[in-house]
Amino acid sequence: MEKQWEEMSPDEKQEELFAKWMSPKDPQGNDLKFQSPQAEKAYKERITRIKDAIQMKKLPDRVPVFIIPSFFPVYNAGFTPREALYDYDKCCIAFKKLVMDFAPDGQIGAVAPGPGKVYDILDYKLYSWPGHGVSPNASYQANEGEYMKADEYDALIDDPSNFFSNTYLPRVFGSLEGFKMLPTLTGILEIYGVAGNFIPFGLPPVQATYKALFEAGAEALKWIGAIGACNMEMNAAGFPGLWAGFTKAPFDVIGDTLRGTRGVMLDMYRQPDKLIEAMEKLTPIMIKMGVGAAKMYGQPLIFIPLHKGADGFMSDEQFKKFYWPTFRKVMMGLIAEGVIPNPAAEGKWTTRLEVMQDLPKGKTLWMMDQSDMAKAKKTLGKVGCMYGNVPSDLLTIGNPQQIKDYVKNLIDTCAKGGGYIVSNGAFFDQAKAENVKAMVDFAKKYGVYK
Amino acid sequence: MDYRVQYRYRRETKMAKDLVNTLADLKEQEAIKIVKDRLSAGEDPLKILGDARRGMEIVGQRFASSEYFIPDLVYSGEILKEVTELVKPKLTKTAESKKQGKIVFGTVAGDIHDIGKDIVVFMLDVNGFEVHDLGVDVPAQKFVEKIKETGAPIVGLSGFLTLAFDSMKQTVDAMEAAGLRDKVKVMIGGGQITEEVRKYTGADAYGKDAMAGVNLAKKWAGVK
Repeated sequence: MEKQWEEMSPDEKQEELFAKWMSPKDPQGNDLKFQSPQAEKAYKERITRIKDAIQMKKLPDRVPVFIIPSFFPVYNAGFTPREALYDYDKCCIAFKKLVMDFAPDGQIGAVAPGPGKVYDILDYKLYSWPGHGVSPNASYQANEGEYMKADEYDALIDDPSNFFSNTYLPRVFGSLEGFKMLPTLTGILEIYGVAGNFIPFGLPPVQATYKALFEAGAEALKWIGAIGACNMEMNAAGFPGLWAGFTKAPFDVIGDTLRGTRGVMLDMYRQPDKLIEAMEKLTPIMIKMGVGAAKMYGQPLIFIPLHKGADGFMSDEQFKKFYWPTFRKVMMGLIAEGVIPNPAAEGKWTTRLEVMQDLPKGKTLWMMDQSDMAKAKKTLGKVGCMYGNVPSDLLTIGNPQQIKDYVKNLIDTCAKGGGYIVSNGAFFDQAKAENVKAMVDFAKKYGVYK
Repeated sequence: MDYRVQYRYRRETKMAKDLVNTLADLKEQEAIKIVKDRLSAGEDPLKILGDARRGMEIVGQRFASSEYFIPDLVYSGEILKEVTELVKPKLTKTAESKKQGKIVFGTVAGDIHDIGKDIVVFMLDVNGFEVHDLGVDVPAQKFVEKIKETGAPIVGLSGFLTLAFDSMKQTVDAMEAAGLRDKVKVMIGGGQITEEVRKYTGADAYGKDAMAGVNLAKKWAGVK
C-alpha cells in the first residue's frame, strides 16, 4: 500500500510533489491531455532537467533556462499593461506567445498582471496599477505607507487574523471599511454569544462591504477561469508552470506592506523585541501558506520574493539578528513538508551569501539578481540551485552578442557540477525580443553537459 | 576670562561635542535630552542646529565607509527631524542659506518608487545642497520648467523600473530641446541603473548609492 503523506520523510514528500508535478491534472481531476506526444515528452524532460538541477544529485542533460518576466510578455505581444489587467483574453494571448516565441524550460503562468476590475471594486490602496495612479503603459507599483502603526505590534501578535480583518484590510481596501465593525469571531461562544456578535452583520457599512466582497469574488472567479485555462494550455503545450504559490520572509511581511520600509527600519532601533516577536508569530503562518499551496496544486516550488534583507538595506549584524532567523525557519518549515523554497534575492545579496548557505543541500532554488555569482557559486551555490543574473539593462538596451557573452560567462562560472539555471535576474518589463531569444537559444546550445 | 564665562564656555563646548557624537552614534534619547538642556540654558538655536548638522556629516561618512547602512540613515534622519522640531520655535533669525548649490531631483515619468530617491535627497540636503524635490512620476517637461525656474546646474533622475530607462532618456532629450543641456550636469540612479544605461540615456554620470550621488554633486558644484 502507498505511504500516507504523514508517514513520508521530507525527501519522500519532495519526490511525491515532483511526481505530481510531472503528471498534471485538469480541473476535473483527470490526467491533463497534452497537445501532442511530443509536448508531453518535452514537459517531462523539462521537469526532469529542473529537478536534476535543484536536487544536485546528478547532472541534468543541459543547463535549464527560464524567463521570469514582469510585464515583458504584455509589451512583447503589443498590448499595454492596462489591457492585460482588464482584458483577460489579451493577457492569456501575451503569456502564451511568450512560451511559443522563446520556448523556455519553465514559465510562471499568466497570473502576474492580476484582475484590474477586482482592485477597482475593492478600492485597493496598497498599489497603483496601470491607468489607476500610474500610466496605462506602466506596470503596477506599491505605495509605501505605515499601514500598521508603530504601536500596533501587540494587536498583531495577539491575534494576527483579527488584526488583518479588522484593522489592516480596511486600511488597504477602501471598500472593506465595514470590516472595522466586525466582531471577534472567537467571542461567538455558547448561546449567549450568538445574537450580540451577529448584530454587526446587520449594519449597512458591513453589508456594503460584503456586497463588494461578493462582486470582487465573482470577478476573481471569472479571472481565474480565463487565466487557469491559459496556464493549462501552456502546460499542455509542454511548458511546466514553476510556482504553486508564494510566501514571504517574515521581515518582509512587516517591512513591505505592514510597517513599510521606514517603519520597520525605525522599529529595529526603537522596538527590536516587538519586531522579533511579531516575526516569530508570523513564521508558522508563512510556512502554512507555502505548504498549503504546494499541496493544493501538487507542485513543489514556492516563490519567496526577498526585499529588505539585501546588501545595504541593513548591516550584516542586523541581517543575522532580524532577517535571517525567521526567514530560515520558514524555509526549513517548507523543506520539512517536501516543498522547495524559491527565494528571489532581488538586488545584491553578496554579503549575505555566507550566512545563507546554512541550509540542507538540494532543497532550495534561488533567483539571483545582481549578487556576485562567482562568490555565490562557492557559498550558497554549494547547497542550493541558483538561476538568474542576466541583467535587465543588457536585456533592454544591449544586443544579442552582449547577451551571449554574458550567458557564456555565467555558464562557465556557475554551471560546473550542476545547480545552475540560466535566467534573467530581475522581473523585467522592457526588453528587446531578440535579446531574450539570444539568452534562451544560447543557453540551450552552450549549456549542454558533455 | 571670567571664571563663570570660562566654565560656561567649557560646558557648551563639551555639550556641542556631545550632541555631535550622540547624533552620529544614533543615541536618540541622549541627543534629544542634550538639545532640550541646551535650549533651556538659553543657547543660540542656530549653534545647536549646526552641531546637529556636523553629527549628520559623520553619519554620512560612516555610510560612505560601509559602517552604516540605510536603516542608520533613516534613523538619523528621524532624530534630526525631532531635533529640528524642538529648535524651530526658538529660532529668531532664519538659518544660513544652503551654500553648496541647487539641485533639481525627481523620479522620472511612469515610475513612483521613492525610497532610493528620498535617501539621496536627504543626503544631499544634510551635505548642504538646496534640493528641489519634484516627487515621483515626474514628466520631462516639469524637470525642464524647474531647471529654468531655479537655475539649478545639477539634475538628479531616479528610477527603479526598466521603463525608467526611456523616461530618463526622454527627460535628458527634453533638456536638450529646451537648450538647457550644456547648462546642467545630469546624474541618474536606481536599482537597475548601470554605465550601459547611463550611455543610453545621455546622462553625465550614474551613482550606485546615495554617497556616490553626493560625491558627484560635490564634484560638479566645485565643493572641496
